[in-house]
Amino acid sequence: MKIECPFCGKRDHSEFTYKGDATVARPDHSEQDLDRWNDYVFQRTNPKGAHKEYWHHTNGCRKFLIVERDTISHKINSVTLVQGGGK
Amino acid sequence: MTRFRIQSPKGAKQIHFTFNGKSYQGFEGEPLAAALLANGVHLIGRSFKFHRPRGIYSAGSAEPNALVTVLHPDGREPNTLATTLEIYEGLEAVSQNCWPSVETDFGAVNSLLSPLFVAGFYYKTFMGKSNKHWMFFEKYIRKAAGMGEASVEADKSVYEKTNTFCDYLIVGAGPAGISAALEAAQTGKRVVLADEQDALGASLIGTNQTIDGLLAGAWLAQQLATLKTYPNVTLLPRTTIYGYYDDNTLGAVERVNTKALRERHIIFHADKVILATGAIERPIVFGNNDRPGVMLASGFGTYVKRHHVRPGTNVIAFTNNDSIYQQIDDAYEAGATVHTVVDMRESLSDYAQEIVTKTGINVQLGKAVSHVLGSKKIRAVQLDDGTKLSCDLLIVSGGWTPTINLQSQQGDKPIYDDSLCAFLPGLPHQDYLSVGACNGQFGLADCLKSGARALGQDRTYTVERDAPWDILPVWEVPVTKGISFVDFQHDVKASDISLAKREGFISVEHLKRYTTLGMANDQGKTSNLNALALMAKERQKPITEVGTTRFRPPYTPVAIGTLSGGKYGDHFRPTRYTSMHEWHINHGAEMINTGAWVRPRVYKQPGETVTDAYIREAASVRNSVGMVDVTTLGKIEVVGPDAPEFLNRVYTNAWLKLPVGKARYGVMLRDDGLVFDDGTTWRLEENRFLMTTTTANAANVLTHLEYLLDVVWPGLKVKVISVTDQWAGVAVAGPNSRATIAKTVSGVDMSHEAFPFMAVMDGFMDTIPVKIARLSFSGELAYEVWCPSHYGLAMWEKLFDAGKEFNLTPYGTEALGTLRIEKGHVSGPELDGRTSLDDLGLSWAFGKKDFVGKPLSQREGLMASDRAKLVGLMSKPGQAIRPGSQIVTQDNQTRSIGHVTSTTYSPALQNYIALALIQNGRDKIGDTVIATYPLKNEQQDVEIVHPHFFDPDGSRMHV
Repeated sequence: MKIECPFCGKRDHSEFTYKGDATVARPDHSEQDLDRWNDYVFQRTNPKGAHKEYWHHTNGCRKFLIVERDTISHKINSVTLVQGGGK
Repeated sequence: MTRFRIQSPKGAKQIHFTFNGKSYQGFEGEPLAAALLANGVHLIGRSFKFHRPRGIYSAGSAEPNALVTVLHPDGREPNTLATTLEIYEGLEAVSQNCWPSVETDFGAVNSLLSPLFVAGFYYKTFMGKSNKHWMFFEKYIRKAAGMGEASVEADKSVYEKTNTFCDYLIVGAGPAGISAALEAAQTGKRVVLADEQDALGASLIGTNQTIDGLLAGAWLAQQLATLKTYPNVTLLPRTTIYGYYDDNTLGAVERVNTKALRERHIIFHADKVILATGAIERPIVFGNNDRPGVMLASGFGTYVKRHHVRPGTNVIAFTNNDSIYQQIDDAYEAGATVHTVVDMRESLSDYAQEIVTKTGINVQLGKAVSHVLGSKKIRAVQLDDGTKLSCDLLIVSGGWTPTINLQSQQGDKPIYDDSLCAFLPGLPHQDYLSVGACNGQFGLADCLKSGARALGQDRTYTVERDAPWDILPVWEVPVTKGISFVDFQHDVKASDISLAKREGFISVEHLKRYTTLGMANDQGKTSNLNALALMAKERQKPITEVGTTRFRPPYTPVAIGTLSGGKYGDHFRPTRYTSMHEWHINHGAEMINTGAWVRPRVYKQPGETVTDAYIREAASVRNSVGMVDVTTLGKIEVVGPDAPEFLNRVYTNAWLKLPVGKARYGVMLRDDGLVFDDGTTWRLEENRFLMTTTTANAANVLTHLEYLLDVVWPGLKVKVISVTDQWAGVAVAGPNSRATIAKTVSGVDMSHEAFPFMAVMDGFMDTIPVKIARLSFSGELAYEVWCPSHYGLAMWEKLFDAGKEFNLTPYGTEALGTLRIEKGHVSGPELDGRTSLDDLGLSWAFGKKDFVGKPLSQREGLMASDRAKLVGLMSKPGQAIRPGSQIVTQDNQTRSIGHVTSTTYSPALQNYIALALIQNGRDKIGDTVIATYPLKNEQQDVEIVHPHFFDPDGSRMHV
């Protein structure tokens, strides 16, 4: 699998680290509700097909990216920087 | 020439090799199978389960039977295919799965019991009564099972790993691959043509077919010469593409076979992939079809045409299709004749008839071989009409199975073609094309055409003597005598498939697992389709409804050494050395790996054990002064106007009011509320901090901070960067540490008043700029001294010289551990990802403000009253406590209430002590419990004490 990093260009996936589901919304820093934190930290769906994921360009620019990937075909539809576009 | 050797290979050197201890002659580079056949050797080994005699069944990597073990001076390599192993002077090979010898094998008794050894035999027989029953038999069954015998020596061969980028990767250099390569070459793009065999050309080698008026071999030589003139074309013989991964990434092994390099692992990154992987001939299922002397027709053809070896002199052919006539015709012209062909079809095609007439062969139409006679070597065949014909070789063709392993690895489901009796590649979801025989183009002209077509070129080649494709869909001859095998390598019989059906294992996935069909190291290359056909017959359904299983990489076995390349031992991963590494070595340090870092464990003096050394070192710190290399701590610069706010959110304790020039200890939690890491962070300037992390967590902490800044708080104006490699650090600890540093440093007032606890100062050692922080991990008056890495050794030596008058002692990780255990400071064994702040006695650091992990740190499970808490353990005098011991009570010795995390001998307390996590531990101080280590059958009484063993009020570091 190859990921097109907006900074570094198309690189082998071995340069990146998968950092989890990018569709879950992190509660606000001041949020005190344990259920909301519990859902954020522990509850994950395992979608078949289109998915949004965080990938960290660990052995490159070290930016966090949002990768839209198909979990069946591994086809990547878009790669964007989190900063600005993320939560 | 001998009876079996038609002629010597041109220019090849004659060499000697041994097989089962007997010496033979052969020609360098020919396959071991060819050399053995030339010497009249057919019995190669014994089968996996029944220990049936087995011979040479084919001429390539699909071989199920002819597995041998190669003996090297420094080890053995089992399960090597005699059909692909190129021989060399002095080669020693031996048979497998037999004892005492391949001729007389005691295990063959299994063969007599074969009616008992049905699918699922072991489980049915030994698992029935109870689990205990199975546990008893399992070790004997495991001993009897297994193919070959693995080497226990380290593999001393040399391997390497490379990456190759190309525009076209063409897999397979048969007619379709070569035709594709010829077109691709002209595009000027980077082309790689790879083939698993030592010579490129596959079916073009030695056939009497002609292409554009040239004999195929001559045409091949011409085209290869043309391809070699293109600088953009790379030809890679002996290169197996074993795996097809996402984004046209393919794994390959190139067998270089020299002393300097045995194999090269290549990862291909290809823009387009052209799969021209050909087809593998299929056996027919009949009685005793596994006997030595039964061989695929294509194997026979290859030995005759390519290696000039006659595998038999009294040869019968058995077929359901036309392709065998091509082999008969080619072999006839090469000097090996077939006297009879048994053809299951009722009539011959014109093509076959022409060859029959030309070679004068006897034809038995509409008949089949029902079984063969002979055990260690075929003697005769019996036809289904009762006719017995003597022979020393039976060549078989049950049709051709396209090699679609790589396509299948991609998950592209194959499609069954009734007229070809073959599965063809399904729709590709990656950028590849299938051409030639693997795509169902079995004729030579069609192969050549489809290769060119892959590059968008319509080219017509004129081929003479092209075989038509006519096949009778017969897979099996009803068994009258003997055993008929489907999967030779795993000894799966036709009757096992019926049994699987009867017992309800009808899905192919169940069939495969129940019978182990296709699960040997040949992945059922010759057996899968026959098995599907037999199951289809059992279920009275078309083959398409039975389904297929997915092939997994690797196509052929890959040596572990090849996958690791040069990455083993010291080269497994980069090793990190501190600037002072050489000094440590020169001063008797015994080094230890901590992650990628190499650190001094102890500095041994003559006659000392490790224990002696760390006790002396730790005592010296308490009594005078010691120094330890702390360069390995993770260091991260945190810079920006929002840096204080950021640290305040990341650490559990408060950070907004830390003044410039001061350091603070901090703890971070994970989002789930458990302790992540700890360390000190120093405020160097208003907006610049230097964070230290534990050695082990440096990379994880950096990623954590980057995540928070990128994803969670993109608005914060903060940057983080690793500076671990930029700073060398020394901790100087002990009552004389101040005096030691004062002697070497200029520009710093070292007095207690001017340089209080937790202060950070800038100064110089001669011209070396240093940062000094008054921090203590040991509980003594102590300082950390940091300088740019390249000055590290000079700084260390200056401190060492300055400390001589105080008998300064360098110490390693063992004494570092002793000192912190005496103080009850937590480290890696306590920060194990399961402990909370309160578990570790750090609840004082639980801030009022919001911080990462705060909400979930208050969840029910982490607040439970019976959680394991950090405590100290004091042993009975002279009894060492083993780390990892479980804690039980006198009353209940079967239930663990905690475990020992860190242990040491304490010179300060003159006793063995330990840290432990014990349920409700703080309420049990003063209790005596048992530390038990069942693996070593050790147990001892220990007393639970407060974890701050030594100087609990911290007076020693505030002087």
